[in-house]
Amino acid sequence: MAGNTEDQTFFPTAAVTGSGRPVLLPNEVECQLLSAVDLEFEERSPPGIADLSPALKSGLLILTTHRLLWLPANSLNSSATAIPLSSVVHIFSPKKSIKSMFHSPRIRIQVSMHSRSMVVTLVVRGKGDLDGFLGKLFESWRGKAWEADTCVTGSVSGSSMGSGSSSGRGGIYSSDGTVKMAGLTGILRKEQENWESTDKSLQDAFRDLNALMSKAKEMVMLADKMRQKLLSSSNAQSSEGNDDETGSREEIQDMLLSVGIISPVTKESAGALYHQQLARQLADFVRIPLERAGGMISLIDIYCLFNRARGTELISPEDLQRACSLWEKFDVPVMLRKFDSGVMVIQSKAHSDEEVFARIRTLVTRPDALRTGISASDAAIALGIAPAMAKEHLLSAEIKGLLCRDISPDGFRFYANIFSEFDANSLYLVKDHSIYSAWVQAVSLRAI
Amino acid sequence: MQKLGDFKLPQFFNYTPYFTLQPVRDTREKQLQLWKELILDYCKTQKIYTIGLEENFPLFSNPVIERSLNNEARETFLSALVSEGRAEWLDKGHKKCLILWHRIQDWAEIILQFVKDYGLEDGVMTIEDIRLGIESRGTELHGVDRTILNRALKILESKGKAAIFKGTSTDDEGVKFSV
Repeated sequence: MAGNTEDQTFFPTAAVTGSGRPVLLPNEVECQLLSAVDLEFEERSPPGIADLSPALKSGLLILTTHRLLWLPANSLNSSATAIPLSSVVHIFSPKKSIKSMFHSPRIRIQVSMHSRSMVVTLVVRGKGDLDGFLGKLFESWRGKAWEADTCVTGSVSGSSMGSGSSSGRGGIYSSDGTVKMAGLTGILRKEQENWESTDKSLQDAFRDLNALMSKAKEMVMLADKMRQKLLSSSNAQSSEGNDDETGSREEIQDMLLSVGIISPVTKESAGALYHQQLARQLADFVRIPLERAGGMISLIDIYCLFNRARGTELISPEDLQRACSLWEKFDVPVMLRKFDSGVMVIQSKAHSDEEVFARIRTLVTRPDALRTGISASDAAIALGIAPAMAKEHLLSAEIKGLLCRDISPDGFRFYANIFSEFDANSLYLVKDHSIYSAWVQAVSLRAI
Repeated sequence: MQKLGDFKLPQFFNYTPYFTLQPVRDTREKQLQLWKELILDYCKTQKIYTIGLEENFPLFSNPVIERSLNNEARETFLSALVSEGRAEWLDKGHKKCLILWHRIQDWAEIILQFVKDYGLEDGVMTIEDIRLGIESRGTELHGVDRTILNRALKILESKGKAAIFKGTSTDDEGVKFSV
């Protein structure tokens, strides 16, 4: 058992979101997923005993540009194991032998961390595109995306990411052998290079769709950079009060802000796990728009927001609906709700109808609303939600007995339900301090 | 306070949802109850015995708030009275409704009381006399609907307290009390 705990401390743990999606590093992009994967550890040094420690069984393996993440099958409230690709020393080519035909396919990699070396075996028990995975693994490993990160952060903030790989590349020579820039010329040259590379990324991005896909991450980064620039310049110039310019700047900011999800779950990367992973990602995504909309948002709105945030790899309405209906199986803080009329909304589990009803109650007991009632659009404006949703709320409040309806040639309006305050045994009785008496007063004002 | 002739209307008569048939069960129950009471109250004070669904029954519309009951609502409210024995449909098409602010057996009791008060225990009267004669003037029986009177007398007959005999025309149908 001691070996097991050691293994888990040997590798860093990775944080998991509330809905069971891994928290990715900045600029980290998911590449592929494999389900039902075991991790087995086999220590190489000291060479004495080849200790096959208890394995991590049947979890979800996620390959990203930076790490290999292993999530336990019931991943909620537990953390994931992460193997940084930067510490992978060697990936063994799979042996083709008779024996391997009867085994579950396995991938062996050698990892070196904290001056210790270990061989990790990934045993793939589930179905999956193993060759494709291996290809992607090599690709990510050789892509060295983590090095690009340390360069970027190094030049922007001057602090290193704390990743061990960058420490070895100090001095006046950079990794590709060219002389690093120093002094004022260096800064100017650097600026020039930055412009050129920006220009190049733009050109590359628009060459064809495939290139666009591979450039997506850079485009998001570029957008982020532009946003930062705009933000700082608008702060500097706000005193001048050029309304037109700030207006258009805000517009661009809004546009850029909505370029959002850096690592969208795609059918290609997730395969059979697509809807499941999409559901988790969606659960993470809807949190903020839900908060802004007051705890409930229509499926159509989320469809637009979500696809806009994805930018590429758009999902279909069916996929969205399937992903939402999978939420029941996970312990996520949001749920899909279908109203009697067929309107579907996403609502947070913390959201209570009571709160909405309380707001409707105050809305309809105002003197003018007592007299003329409210329409769905009145409620929509007052509650700050879409008319279709407002109508659903009003109808559920009606079923609750809070409201009643008036249908006339003028339209369909809702009134505070004061039927219960009318006394069938004493038709002329109006109790003091009741909504009924308030209503009588409100109506009598009209007569004057 | 709003009035309909000399009938005082309750405040809620100006509540617009009162004129829309409410779909929610509890609310509708209450609405039904209020309409039943109001219809009986109004018919009793105004001595109205029948309501025609397609006629302009004054209670079914409120010009002040420009609302009136639609046919479905009218039939629903009257049917509710019928199911309680406080009204009866006079035709299969549910177009005309007999309102019984007194139930038939209550009308029978009223006739008996009338007979006792006027010492007609062994007397003979035509049915028209009961409705329109001098004796009944000032009592509830004056001007009572013919159908209601016949039904009440039949009850008395079945109890052996009256015998109806036919004349040459409906006008001289008579009744002999034996209380």
